[in-house]
Amino acid sequence: MAEAANIPDEIEVRAKWGDFKFTPANEKLAKWQIAKYPEGRQKSAVMALLDLAQRQVGADTKTQGWLPVPVIEYVSAYLDMPYMRTYEVATFYTMYNLAPVGRFHVQVCGTTPCMLRGSDDVMAACKNKGMAKGKTTPDGLFTLTEVECMGNCSNAPMVQINDDNYEDLDYDIMTRILEDLAEGKEISVGSQIGRKTSEPKGGPVTLREMVKANHDYRKEW
Amino acid sequence: MGFDFLQDKDRIFTNVYGFQSWDLKAAQKRGDWDKTADIIKRGNDKIIEEMKESGLRGRGGAGFPTGLKWSFMPKESPDGRPSFLVINADESEPGSCKDREILRNDPHKLIEGALIAGFAMRARAAYIYIRGEYIMEAKVMEAAVKEAYDAGLIGKNASKSGYDFDVFVHRGAGAYICGEETAMIESLEGKKGQPRLKPPFPAGAGLYGCPTTVNNVESIAVVPTILRRGASWFAGFGRENNHGTKLFQVSGHVDKPAVFEEAMSIPFKDMIEKHCGGITGGWDNLLAVIPGGSSVPLVPAEQIMDAPMDFDGLKDVGSGLGTAAVIVMDKSTDIVRAISRLSYFYKHESCGQCTPCREGTGWMWRVMEKMRDGDAEIGDIDTLYEVTKQVEGHTICALGDAAAWPIQGLIRHFRPEMERRINENKGAEVLEAAE
Repeated sequence: MAEAANIPDEIEVRAKWGDFKFTPANEKLAKWQIAKYPEGRQKSAVMALLDLAQRQVGADTKTQGWLPVPVIEYVSAYLDMPYMRTYEVATFYTMYNLAPVGRFHVQVCGTTPCMLRGSDDVMAACKNKGMAKGKTTPDGLFTLTEVECMGNCSNAPMVQINDDNYEDLDYDIMTRILEDLAEGKEISVGSQIGRKTSEPKGGPVTLREMVKANHDYRKEW
Repeated sequence: MGFDFLQDKDRIFTNVYGFQSWDLKAAQKRGDWDKTADIIKRGNDKIIEEMKESGLRGRGGAGFPTGLKWSFMPKESPDGRPSFLVINADESEPGSCKDREILRNDPHKLIEGALIAGFAMRARAAYIYIRGEYIMEAKVMEAAVKEAYDAGLIGKNASKSGYDFDVFVHRGAGAYICGEETAMIESLEGKKGQPRLKPPFPAGAGLYGCPTTVNNVESIAVVPTILRRGASWFAGFGRENNHGTKLFQVSGHVDKPAVFEEAMSIPFKDMIEKHCGGITGGWDNLLAVIPGGSSVPLVPAEQIMDAPMDFDGLKDVGSGLGTAAVIVMDKSTDIVRAISRLSYFYKHESCGQCTPCREGTGWMWRVMEKMRDGDAEIGDIDTLYEVTKQVEGHTICALGDAAAWPIQGLIRHFRPEMERRINENKGAEVLEAAE
């Protein structure tokens, strides 16, 4: 199980987030999510709504966002669920931040496939930029987390920063990414060594026709 | 040698690398959604029969025959309960990265497969449960589902087949355990993802208490092509009982890690040579391989070389095909650390429901960390093995087993290395005391 987070629920948190409600745009998205499930099963949308709420908090605070207790209460009421059931969901899944995070949530994958390809170096690049695991840098820019397998194993090592994946990293590339982010530069997502997705480095050895055109193989069946 | 490599024309996932667009128009040009109604008109039983004949075994790890699984669904609903298809896209097994390529590059294969599979098992709707970390992939999937609705391919009178069928995308939020089918159902119902006791099995009472089948993304996405080309085409690949084509995912110490589709039963060495440019530092440098995702035991180099990559071939070397996520380790690997890191993974991902797993995964990880530096007694290796045996098979779901097997594999094949570290550490202590 993940380590228990220190969950802030002080007067300031209540004062700041006590009257949280969805923006009209998010309200629309919330309704759309709820409509995916049968009548009376609106609880099924709790994960989507917590994500939506976290993103709204993120937009307000210019960070990845987190879930203050009053926001969790709001989602509970919205779905007509007991608070404890929503709280359980918020604490069970790792993608809900239970405490504030920085502008960029740097989530370095450290599981074995990434470890074998050098995730230690990626972690070192973060640490040499003044980051510490589980902490936010004093300027509020970066929060560093070591996460478990992100499912990009053929493009290891990788990092997910907010919504974007950066793959095929090494120490130097990671350092450059962090510097570019800090300077507000645009960086391309995905593989950082020129691979399209998960084809072998240097170009595919199969399905070569597909590189240039949308080939229809049915003619060869 | 002499293995017949899969030819491009026989690959199901032709856009696996995403060089071309995932959208409906491009997918149709590649052959998706081609006369889907005609396939549906063959009838539920005929489709299930054909899937059984194709020999397709579930691609999510357990390898249960897909057609047989569908046949467990009720043929009619005496009490008016609908049936559901749940598609497991919670790909979180370390080493696995195949479903991601289907979700983001070939989503229409999955949606079409969902319709056909859903029809065959008489389901009312499909929920595609995508792991939360696949943010971009979920966006593509949502957009593809919308395209399919707009074109009338799903929804009311789906693809003009006369069958009504809905497809919904549900995003997770970071929990490996939700890949377990009953945990996934719990999560879909808006709860913590803690596995349920079986029975009742999902086919009897699953999502919202209704009959449910949970299938892996790849198992569903291959369905339309199998039905178009015929069961015998699919059954023509691989050895008896291990038929078909399969997405393999190679990571770790190879020159070019990659995802690719290949015929089942391909020998390990041929596969690595053809698709991944060989082992880093040459074949003499290979130490061990985890051939099916982190949950299966590792196999030492000399045993894996000629092993056919299929369910039975890997069982014969004391491991398993799992999701065909091949993690290659060369001789530079700290093998104890590599397995210890997996122990940490299972400790992190244990849902906390069953005591042997909740307590055992943490304990096993702490002992594995001691083994890394040899800060232990020789007898501790036996105790560790004992504990893995106490966890294995004593939990509601298979996470306990999955946490135990990698350690058992390590002890089985690398006990001398573990002992060497302990002895070396002891030697260091003696030297210190003498000074």
